[in-house]
Amino acid sequence: MAAAARLFIRGAHSTLAISGVGTGKQSSLFKLSAGCSSRLKAQRHVAHFTFQPDPPTTEYGATQKMNLFQSITSALDNTLASDPTAVIFGEDVAFGGVFRCTVGLRDKYGKDRVFNTPLCEQGIVGFGIGAATAGATAIAEIQFADYIFPAFDQIVNEAAKYRYRSGNLFDCGNLTIRAPWGCVGHGSLYHSQSPEAYFVHCPGIKVVIPRSPLQAKGLLLSCIADNNPCLFFEPKILYRAAVEQVPVDSYTIPLSQAEVLQEGSDLTLVAWGTQIHVLKEVANMAQEKLGVSCEVIDLRTILPWDTETVCKVTAAAPAVTSATVV
Amino acid sequence: MKTMLAIISNALCRITGRSAGEQTVSELLIGLSEYVNLTSPPAAVLVPPQARRLPPKPPPVRPAAGGAAQLVSSRTDRPDRPGARVVASRSLSDFTPQATFDIKKCDVHRLEAGPPVKAELTREQGLQYYRTMQMVRRMELKADQLYKQKIIRGFCHLYDGQEACAAGIEAAINPSDHLITAYRAHGYTYTRGVSVREILAELTGRIGGVAKGKGGSMHMYAPHFYGGNGIVGAQVPLGAGIALACQYQGNNQICVALYGDGAANQGQLFESFNMAALWKLPCVFICENNKYGMGTSVERASASTDYYKRGDFIPGLRVDGMDVLCVREAARFAADHCRAGKGPIIMELQTYRYHGHSMSDPGVSYRTREEIQEVRSKSDPISLLKERLLSNNMASVEELKEIDIQIRKEVEEAAQFATSDPEPPLEELCNHIFSNNPPLEVRGTNPWSKLKSIS
Repeated sequence: MAAAARLFIRGAHSTLAISGVGTGKQSSLFKLSAGCSSRLKAQRHVAHFTFQPDPPTTEYGATQKMNLFQSITSALDNTLASDPTAVIFGEDVAFGGVFRCTVGLRDKYGKDRVFNTPLCEQGIVGFGIGAATAGATAIAEIQFADYIFPAFDQIVNEAAKYRYRSGNLFDCGNLTIRAPWGCVGHGSLYHSQSPEAYFVHCPGIKVVIPRSPLQAKGLLLSCIADNNPCLFFEPKILYRAAVEQVPVDSYTIPLSQAEVLQEGSDLTLVAWGTQIHVLKEVANMAQEKLGVSCEVIDLRTILPWDTETVCKVTAAAPAVTSATVV
Repeated sequence: MKTMLAIISNALCRITGRSAGEQTVSELLIGLSEYVNLTSPPAAVLVPPQARRLPPKPPPVRPAAGGAAQLVSSRTDRPDRPGARVVASRSLSDFTPQATFDIKKCDVHRLEAGPPVKAELTREQGLQYYRTMQMVRRMELKADQLYKQKIIRGFCHLYDGQEACAAGIEAAINPSDHLITAYRAHGYTYTRGVSVREILAELTGRIGGVAKGKGGSMHMYAPHFYGGNGIVGAQVPLGAGIALACQYQGNNQICVALYGDGAANQGQLFESFNMAALWKLPCVFICENNKYGMGTSVERASASTDYYKRGDFIPGLRVDGMDVLCVREAARFAADHCRAGKGPIIMELQTYRYHGHSMSDPGVSYRTREEIQEVRSKSDPISLLKERLLSNNMASVEELKEIDIQIRKEVEEAAQFATSDPEPPLEELCNHIFSNNPPLEVRGTNPWSKLKSIS
């Protein structure tokens, strides 16, 4: 239901004034969770977080107000315009997709470049691997990350290992798989899953999860450009809720580079996707109520993840906690 | 003896006003005894017909079966002026007890012959099918209402328009047979024996629900009914496995595994077909082709829309899924095929859903309102049956109206229950993750909130 926080605390060497952290007692810092659940009962259909947009930037040129799905459309639009081999396929992408990520693209670029597949995830990914190997920039959509499991074999056994097993003669680096990800409040078993953990122990693929429209467009364009098969998970709860100024032109945000959003000296909070917004709020609360200075890191690329940044930061702020969306 | 019976029969016909030759003597005697009841003061309450008349093959007793009895006794009031009473009210023997109907011929694949083209329907069966379909219809419309009132949350996939499939299949199989379907499951949950109140309470997530309120629309289960499955196509290999269990246990049961036209393109279906055919599993694979997989019409999704042929080496039938008798005959044919040890068989039911794919789909962006209207007016399964019953004098308009009223009442009460029943307590949130002894501790939304999982 709500974005979950799994807090893992290592090292008590800190100036934390709170007691009972990590010992099972409900401390004031984490009373927020209890408050969460009672607040949640009143508004069950809303996950408890507020989207925190990044400050606007002119680094990448002129910007336009976009929400997450519009920023994805923009990225795909840029790709189809600049790369004649790019094709987008998946269930219901032709009319725009169930989350409107591909609206207008078929009309603009033609039905041979934006087309529907039947209901067959294993087939979609397998087909995508083949198309990518033959030279097309294949962008496959899995309608919900919950449905990705029939394609698990293709991703892990085929896509991830293609380059290695062919001794670099072949590869499917042109493949990018996009899927809506994460809990939304009413999704229940099959419209809420965050399956990145199943994939991040598989060398050969990259797993990327953005926290905002600006990040999403840049990271998606990087995934498409990257020479490795990439899984791009889009937090579905942010599709409409997250609105930001996003550059209209193409730009890339480097993969495998974590971003330090907020500097701090006592505690490090690491997360990705929707959870970043929860942790930003947590960091503020910790500062106000407990005088604890928190560092917030967005991992962005989960595999391969930016070990250097995280380790360097935790050398400075000794206690590390990582929080994931469950 | 025969002439004696004929004489008695004619006499009874004259008394009760029926044309000779239409009924058996026993039926007439029953009619006469009811006449006697009506004419002798003070008249006893009419014995419900089901108890006295023995239909050739008694269908499984349904909880709503009491409806007809109540109907009869409520309609006929105590006669104080016998003669006039009999003439004014219709006794049960006025109705045709049984009739034979022509049904559409099924297209066949790899079969010498298909199901019969004529179907027999007794009055009781007709009323029962009508009741079942009408109950499913009203239940789905009530679910629609509750969803719009935000009392049902999450996802809700409604079955109205396809009632003949559920009613027809259930009429053809035994309660001891097995059935598994996908997420458009409320109709089957009902026909497999779960009450409307339990279904609606599960939709609203209350403790009185069939899965104790933990599930919702996609999580309906009952004895010999395996759900209620969210992932498209995933239920078909399960169905094949259930069929294997039936075969292994030698209990002469079959498994009916349903899927949709969208799921027909999933790889795991073909894996199931192969296994079922290889091992001659008693599995009836049924494709409910309602023309649209979510928003995609069948022509845009499938290279071949002859879903009954997609099993290739498995025989297949294409059936008119809007006619409950057609469905019943075909399902019976298929069940007999499996029980005879001939292996699996595929049935394609050509049907239609009035609602969109789910409650978040208006259902008119990929098809026209005219199309929906046309199906409603020309092929509605409930209307078809009603027309048959009325035009063959197997039921009266008032009787059916009475049934409608009772069904509405029952659904309304169920909705009341579903709205007022309490939600399951937080302690039950994590139960049944594993089968374990002793109880397992489960992390909640943070490490300091621990929940217990008991099962």
